[in-house]
Amino acid sequence: MLTTQLLIFLILFPLIVAFFLFLAKKDMERAWIVKLSALAIGIASVYLLISTYNKGALLMSAIPAEPTGIVMFILEMLIAVFILYLGIVYKKWLVVALILVQSAVMLYFELVYAHSIHVQSNLFTDEFSVIMALIIGIIGSLISVYSLGYMKFFHEHHPEIPDRRPWFFAILFLFLSAMFGLVFSNNLMWVYFFWEVTTLCSFLLIGYTKTEEATNNAFSALWMNLLGGVAFAGAIIYLAMFGNGIMGMTDLLASGKIIALIPAALIGFAGLTKAAQLPFSSWLVGAMVAPTPVSALLHSSTMVKAGVYILVRLAPIFQSTFTGYMIAMVGALTFLIASGIAISQSNAKRVLAYSTIANLGLIVACAGIGTYEAIWAAILLIVFHAISKSLLFLSVGTVEHRIKSREVDDMNGLIVRMPKIAAMMVIGIAGMFLAPFGMLISKWAAIRAFIDVPYGFLFVIILAFGSAMTVYFWAKWMGKIIAVTSDSKNIEGEVDHSEWAALVSLAGLSFITTLVFPLLSTKLLEPFLMLNYGHVAQLSQDNIIIMILMLLLLVILPLSILIPQRKHKHVAPYMGGRTTTHDMRFSGSLGVQKKTVLSNYYLHEYFGEAKLRTAGIWICSAFIGIMFIATALRGVFL
Amino acid sequence: MINIVWAIVFVLVAPVIGGLVAGIDRKITAHMQGRVGPSILQPFYDVGKLFEKEQTVVNDTQTFYAICYIIFMIFTGALFFAGGDLLLVIFALTLAQIFLVMGAFAANSPYSYVGAERELLQIMAYEPMVILTAVGMFVATKSFNVSDIAATTTPVVLLIPGIFLGFLYVLTIKLRKSPFDISTSHHAHQEIVKGVTTEFSGPSLGLIEITHWYETVFLLGFVYLFFGFNPLIGIAAVIIVYLLEILIDNTNARVRWQFVVKSSWLIAVIVGVVNLAALYLLSGGLK
Amino acid sequence: MTYLAKSPWIIHYDASSCNGCDIEILACLTPMYDVERFGIINTGNPKHADIFVVTGSINEANREVIQNIYNQIPDPKVVVAVGICACSGGVFRECYNVAGGIDKLIPVDVYVPGCAARPESIIDGIVTALGVLEEKRKNHISSPMVTDHDHKAHHKHAQGGAQ
Repeated sequence: MLTTQLLIFLILFPLIVAFFLFLAKKDMERAWIVKLSALAIGIASVYLLISTYNKGALLMSAIPAEPTGIVMFILEMLIAVFILYLGIVYKKWLVVALILVQSAVMLYFELVYAHSIHVQSNLFTDEFSVIMALIIGIIGSLISVYSLGYMKFFHEHHPEIPDRRPWFFAILFLFLSAMFGLVFSNNLMWVYFFWEVTTLCSFLLIGYTKTEEATNNAFSALWMNLLGGVAFAGAIIYLAMFGNGIMGMTDLLASGKIIALIPAALIGFAGLTKAAQLPFSSWLVGAMVAPTPVSALLHSSTMVKAGVYILVRLAPIFQSTFTGYMIAMVGALTFLIASGIAISQSNAKRVLAYSTIANLGLIVACAGIGTYEAIWAAILLIVFHAISKSLLFLSVGTVEHRIKSREVDDMNGLIVRMPKIAAMMVIGIAGMFLAPFGMLISKWAAIRAFIDVPYGFLFVIILAFGSAMTVYFWAKWMGKIIAVTSDSKNIEGEVDHSEWAALVSLAGLSFITTLVFPLLSTKLLEPFLMLNYGHVAQLSQDNIIIMILMLLLLVILPLSILIPQRKHKHVAPYMGGRTTTHDMRFSGSLGVQKKTVLSNYYLHEYFGEAKLRTAGIWICSAFIGIMFIATALRGVFL
Repeated sequence: MINIVWAIVFVLVAPVIGGLVAGIDRKITAHMQGRVGPSILQPFYDVGKLFEKEQTVVNDTQTFYAICYIIFMIFTGALFFAGGDLLLVIFALTLAQIFLVMGAFAANSPYSYVGAERELLQIMAYEPMVILTAVGMFVATKSFNVSDIAATTTPVVLLIPGIFLGFLYVLTIKLRKSPFDISTSHHAHQEIVKGVTTEFSGPSLGLIEITHWYETVFLLGFVYLFFGFNPLIGIAAVIIVYLLEILIDNTNARVRWQFVVKSSWLIAVIVGVVNLAALYLLSGGLK
Repeated sequence: MTYLAKSPWIIHYDASSCNGCDIEILACLTPMYDVERFGIINTGNPKHADIFVVTGSINEANREVIQNIYNQIPDPKVVVAVGICACSGGVFRECYNVAGGIDKLIPVDVYVPGCAARPESIIDGIVTALGVLEEKRKNHISSPMVTDHDHKAHHKHAQGGAQ
């Protein structure tokens, strides 16, 4: 069957590429391998869309499950030994303890239950998997291509960091392979395997520079994700013990809430850790020490998207249960708190990190609510967030290399200094919070979804406040970029063509997806929702037309700058009557010359990171605790 | 659902009404202060004059943002009066407002910069309440479409009185009235010069004034929605609300931005939770 | 009549005035005189203003400011010197630090004498200025960009000091 082969190709091809990249030591070879295989992966994922179009959910049972399962188990144990070794070497006892627990659980499972469990179909694909595959295949590949130029520049300017690029690119492609595996697996044991591989890959990538900070942050990412892994393993063993050996995702969804709720809560918890929800948000912020393409990859197309993917998959189980509400509450509060913290951040990458956490929170809230409207919103959020966020990370990376700073305030007048990249960033930022771009459509959908559920107004209120804060921190950043400074020169220079290609493609994607969003909705989301919920959500025709009208206005209006117009008289900014020089210096008191420095408001007093995060950790931990207790009690009584 | 005729009527008539409202506002203000005050047509003279002046700029991008600001504000109002989706209207309003802020940022001037930051704080302050207003109207009328809400026979304001009061509170921010005129002002407050509009002059300032007229009419239309069940009461309410705003404007001094954000958020939380919870429980009880 | 004359916005700058004239200017805004009935608004921002109202005379500290404000007012614009100090330097004319009336630095269109100038005469001066303003608009007279190149700067200012 063609689709089966395609799925296996998508999983195994990046793996093979990873192997060759590990061997390729020359820049030239590596560049060609990455570009060609990125192209191949991109084409294959688009081809998957075409070939499965309109076919609904497809289950594949052609793969020999037994030998594959054994191979996976061996690999899992090897990974465990590797992590155990690193944990002992670096004296990270929490990691050691968690990996021991996890391996013990899985070993017990393998010895006692594994032989009695048979999953009919190990792989499957439906519209949601295809959407995820497109995100991984296209955005993930673009990020890999971008990394070529970035990493070259990175090592030229950081001679103190050992150049381990073959390793880096190999892990990058291994990551893509694991992500494809994750979204195509129906067998939960397989999902678990790929889940652990993504944890490992992110750990290795975060610690790439091997500085002390990088190592510490890598381990903190590791223990949090291992905690999720333990919960996942717990779900598997629970299913084996009490769940009649149900191990297929589709079977789990079909098995009814009585059996499925406890494992779903456990896997949901794993999803929360991977999606960096409070109280586990710190690993994603810490991951910023890695080279920028890694951040882009973790934030947009892989890793955190794995967390929300699994939550959205399990959403029908969460729908209108207390467990679901608690998960949704954790997500909603994370959205609120992370948006607030983002206001106080002056480091561009940290702003991006908190905004990712916030948006993931919104997706988690939608998944926890679990109605068809909410899932519609959640999937849209996943798609649009991936595009805008990767674009932003990659532009920040390119800018960082030129201005040697990640501070938002240092980006003042970027539109003069680097017009092209600044334009990309403005598109990215606009995509994150302005109508008619995708993220805002999704937020809109989320509001409508929340209103229709019991007690949904609480979520709507949280969303209203969170999105107000979102407007604030994005707009002030955007203002910095578009400020026209009089004394700056264009220092854009030659941007590496691989970086440039990735940036332009992503900017184009954010316009195209907004334009074709009605198609995305009718052709992919509606069949998926129809199949899983029996309802479809959609926007009315009028609203779509209005949105497209707005988009066209936004495209056409900037072109008006090209129209030659009357030359206006230029005068210096008003400085309270003071004369300024060309570079905005003025003589202050006693004739001392001062330079005008404009800085954003960060409102530390109200949105300080430490204060809000501590509060968030306690509140969200409490909700997670309540969720588990309630779910367990329900399991006992029913 | 979308009624193009109303949109066109709005585009043509709103500046006239908005300008007159501004003129009447100034006249009443003057009388409250024991002055004669300018002609009711004064706002038109002002804008006419601004278009007679020379256009000076700090840099050329400013005029672009001013043009975008007015275009999207007209778009917002037109969408509203055409009966479009209320949430979409609010998002379009934010987009328009962001263009003004960007124009202020683009000048790279200290005063307009402070104005821009404060304008953003202002947006942050009123946005939750505005979204909750739309949500409240949806809960009351089961529709987000302005055309449905305006045509409903449900007395919306009686179902969401709390949200109505909360909306009035942030309306003062939106109309740039004291005590909440923190980013720019029609009065003689000069601590931050003219805030966001400091660096706009001549025709581009004229555009911003016209935009403000459009915005006023749009906001008064929003107030009317609460009383859509009876047009007469609706129009009376709009007039009373505006008179109230003038009174508040003239009896209060500008406050600090901290107060604006804190108080409007507090009010949004209280009326949002109380009013929406009451509605939810009531409708649940009726089932 | 055009709109320009119906909506004159002013910017008021206190050069080295003793505040006598400034208080009289503010008195014009009070209900007693209520200049807003002529559409006059005190803007406090040169970029919005049409009429530059200066009180007091030029000294080392304010010459830069007067020029700067003047240059930032968009055309057409007029300058009204209010009070005898602004007209000619007044009693401070011979002081070591005073350069003289405002017209030593920027072109003045209307002189309003008095110490302090009375509100009635200030209003009269501004109404006279409206005629000049209208004249300038009709004939497209653009005002010069004033610079102070001839002036020998004070030694402390010349160096620009430390940063």
